[in-house]
Amino acid sequence: MTAAVAIDRVVKHYGSLQALGGVSLDIEAGEFFGLLGPNGAGKTTLISSLAGLIRPDSGTLKVMGHDVITDFREARRNLGVVPQELVFDPFFNVRETLRIQSGYFGIRKNDDWIDEILANLDLTSKANVNMRRLSGGMKRRVLVAQALVHKPPVIVLDEPTAGVDVELRQGLWQFIRRLNGEGHTIILTTHYLEEAEALCNRMALMKQGQVVALDTTANLMAAYPGASLEEVFVRTMQQQ
Amino acid sequence: MIGFLTLFEKEFLRFWKVSFQTVAAPVLTALLYLLIFGHVLDEHVQVHGVRYTSFLVPGLVMMQVLQNAFANSSSSLIQAKITGSIVFVLLPPISYGAFFSAYVLAAMVRGLLVGVGVLLATLWFAELKLVAPLWAFTFAMLGGALFAALGVIAGIWSEKFDQLAAFQNFLIMPLTMLSGVFYSIHTLPAFWQGVSHYNPVFYMIDGFRYGFFGVSDVAPETSLLVVVACFAVVSLLTLNLLKRGWKLRA
Repeated sequence: MTAAVAIDRVVKHYGSLQALGGVSLDIEAGEFFGLLGPNGAGKTTLISSLAGLIRPDSGTLKVMGHDVITDFREARRNLGVVPQELVFDPFFNVRETLRIQSGYFGIRKNDDWIDEILANLDLTSKANVNMRRLSGGMKRRVLVAQALVHKPPVIVLDEPTAGVDVELRQGLWQFIRRLNGEGHTIILTTHYLEEAEALCNRMALMKQGQVVALDTTANLMAAYPGASLEEVFVRTMQQQ
Repeated sequence: MIGFLTLFEKEFLRFWKVSFQTVAAPVLTALLYLLIFGHVLDEHVQVHGVRYTSFLVPGLVMMQVLQNAFANSSSSLIQAKITGSIVFVLLPPISYGAFFSAYVLAAMVRGLLVGVGVLLATLWFAELKLVAPLWAFTFAMLGGALFAALGVIAGIWSEKFDQLAAFQNFLIMPLTMLSGVFYSIHTLPAFWQGVSHYNPVFYMIDGFRYGFFGVSDVAPETSLLVVVACFAVVSLLTLNLLKRGWKLRA
């Protein structure tokens, strides 16, 4: 069976700094996978490489069996990415933003699905509001919506709940869990370890461009009986 | 194809939503040039047997086509890069050819809209004939496309607004202002006439003006050859940079 994401010996340097030092990782279809690590561990570089925003020095990355360089069209069609930065195009309102993003993925007349996403992310009342006029939390929801417009089988969420209030966070996770239940593969990076513990079936812990632990959440926790994921994380990082 | 059309539509809406700034303002600027220079020189100067105000109009039209085509693609790209929203165009499966075509076409449309606006606004002040409209149209299209492609390069290359301003003020502005918009190069000393022949914008203005008056400093066929060659070189360079992901994909 083809892995949803296959990462094989990926190396990336920025000048003399090694951002990724030969990362290999397979994520199966339907997994809710956590990618954790301290700042500078290489999580965003790895995600950016998967999304084609960064070109690795060596190694291969595949999304649903499609190489992100040689078969980039299919790889990108199968991937939805919620970027970490709160970015938006100030010229458009929410609905226009989502229609444009659909069009980029070759989809016209996508309003039924757009309406569904808006409803699930509690954005229906903001559909015709310009992006500039939204709060930070609202903008974050639109970023999530943009990643979902083309119904990608693999969804990457790069710290999606940073700066988001508790109520929205709950609503967002409910929606993402539903998508996961429908078969979408979810890859999550977050600094909220309790979220990762509650949501992810399997995790990779990264440090200085390397995967230092890769296992199911249950097995990682079992290694330190009685410890929280935060304690497991800290101890694992100290050991390496 | 839908990806290309959507990107083109987005780029079109981006300037159309602020058309007072992106279309009306350059028309007014050109009109002011015409009123001031026309008032001062119309009684005293004739070029190629044409009154100065009439001579000036095609040059102003073409200058605005070029400058606005450049401004559109370059400002859109640098804004998207600086705000980070460029990621929305880089994540989808849009090919580098579609990316290039959409940015260039939208920029051409803005340039041509401004050009038509200038032409319509100046009809009240100058007598104009359009003796060879196909030539005029061809040079407007090619000139707009060439400057739109240059705008793509400048927008990708620039990391700050002042770098783009330097590109605009130290390259684009001198090239257009010293291209014969306001004069025939035959009025220049021999040395500067020679220098003008190395400026590709001179051929665009001269060829465009030929469409109006049927006379030009050099044969329109020669100008066409130069402009097509320049467009081909700049387009190939831009496509190559986009294919490599230069300054877009680290």
